[in-house]
Amino acid sequence: MKVYRDKRIIILYLLPVLLLMGLFVYYPLIQSFFFSFYKWASFSPVKEWVGLYNYKLIFSDPVIWGILKNNFLYAFWSTIFQAGLGLVFAACLEEKFMRKSQPFFRTVLFTPSLIAMSVIALLWQFMYDPNIGMINEAIRAIGFPNFNEQWLGSSQMAIYCCIIVSQWQYIGYCMMLDLVGIQKIDGELFEAATIDGATRPQVFRYITFPLMKESLLVTTVVTILGSIKVFTEVYVMTVGGPGRSSEVLATAMYRAAFKNDEMGVACAYAIIIFIFTFICAAIQLKISRTGED
Amino acid sequence: MIAKKIGSNIWKIFIFLMFSLYAFSILYPLAWMVISSLKTNSEFFTSPWGIPAAPQWKHYYEAVKFGVADYFFNSVFVTICTVIFSVLFSAMASYIVSRFDFKLKNAAFIFILGGLMISPEVTLVSLFKLLQSLHIYNTLWALIVPYTAFRIPFTTFLMRSYMLSIPKAMEESAYIDGCSTFKVFTRIILPVCKPIVASAALLSAMTAWNEFMFALVFIESNKYKTIPIGLTNLKGQYGTNYPRLMAALVVCASVMIILFLCFQKSFVRGLTAGSVKG
Repeated sequence: MKVYRDKRIIILYLLPVLLLMGLFVYYPLIQSFFFSFYKWASFSPVKEWVGLYNYKLIFSDPVIWGILKNNFLYAFWSTIFQAGLGLVFAACLEEKFMRKSQPFFRTVLFTPSLIAMSVIALLWQFMYDPNIGMINEAIRAIGFPNFNEQWLGSSQMAIYCCIIVSQWQYIGYCMMLDLVGIQKIDGELFEAATIDGATRPQVFRYITFPLMKESLLVTTVVTILGSIKVFTEVYVMTVGGPGRSSEVLATAMYRAAFKNDEMGVACAYAIIIFIFTFICAAIQLKISRTGED
Repeated sequence: MIAKKIGSNIWKIFIFLMFSLYAFSILYPLAWMVISSLKTNSEFFTSPWGIPAAPQWKHYYEAVKFGVADYFFNSVFVTICTVIFSVLFSAMASYIVSRFDFKLKNAAFIFILGGLMISPEVTLVSLFKLLQSLHIYNTLWALIVPYTAFRIPFTTFLMRSYMLSIPKAMEESAYIDGCSTFKVFTRIILPVCKPIVASAALLSAMTAWNEFMFALVFIESNKYKTIPIGLTNLKGQYGTNYPRLMAALVVCASVMIILFLCFQKSFVRGLTAGSVKG
């Protein structure tokens, strides 16, 4: 039809989206890239070209290895718990004997992912509190009266405390995604396997798992993506501390920009985050084939 | 055979117990948050496990009066604007890329989808400078505009695939009857797309309501802060009146939970269509 070629309408309807994305998504991205080669402060008009100096600065500071290790730990445990355990949970909930209670568990397990991370982080700060916190109280109550772990105050434990909160929030979310995937599998496959005498773990190993591989890959990439850009829980619960022991890439970027006023260094951190997240997102788009019809 | 059956029953009980335990570990902190919000301050410190002697409903009143009310309305305004703009603009763009023919169609679509590969964190510092030079830094628009921009790629992706599945016949006969594009879009396309509009709107609402990083950086004065940031402020502001803080947390958390319980189906449709974590 002729109307489908009307240039005026095409431009009019596409304009808001193209403008908003061009100005507030692509332009700042390109700017971040250029700004990372300058030394500049937030409220000074002077920008001094320093080439790769900001990147050198980041990688010559031993803190960066701690930061990358924290992000790696985050990604590692999130993959195991959210992508892996999430799928196992979903398979269990689809078992016949769990069908009746499925809606209840599904809703309860999913609930934390609806709540703002800052609310959850504040709540867990109380849970981890060494004096009045639930966790220490519970351990004292079951027979260790002198137990006094510092949790968020301990430089070894702090990052794991953040990781636990993140798992608590998101296992149910990944489970929900997997659940919908499993429900799409042809039920006759499960029946046939059961008639042939397959045990439940065998059904999972030889039917559910192979058919859910793609979905598992998507949840894995999504959780790794989330682990690279993790910010809120670490910022609210520990601010990267004690010392800089629980610092992650995003909190390091925030610290560089708004505490130390080294905007160039912050942009270099942003580009490091961009490279990692871009790779993950590209893989995700390729797997889920969103680019095609 | 019988041993096998008993074995499998033990497994069933074991799995059920594990789920119950896990559900408990999720519900307990949430319940603790609600119960603590009803305690007096001394009860909060002396009996962290206990039930309040007399529920202190006034903490909710106080939490709303001292702080939460402003943050709450900022959040509501930001969320509603983000939802309306992101859904409307994305629907317009989706209509074009799913129906119209033009040379740069693929380029335009890739430009929009490409946004999925850029996480908001990466643009934080440059956006901060950009919003300052546009003079909308430290206003609610400093949140609405970036939120809308970053919601567009996913929302467009969601809506385009839905629109592709709608047959063209109805709109074509409307065009033949002399309807304008605007009329076809608002009277036919949008109503038919209602289910996906609902999903997209709920997901946008969830991100806008819960977002933390942009809200932390792009807003300076207290009166424009949204709830997630406001709550971390309240912690200092209320001193050690923790029950009141708990009441504020409950208010913020319950909005999304209620929305989810009412529109569970739309939520899940949107989530599973894209697998994009906020």
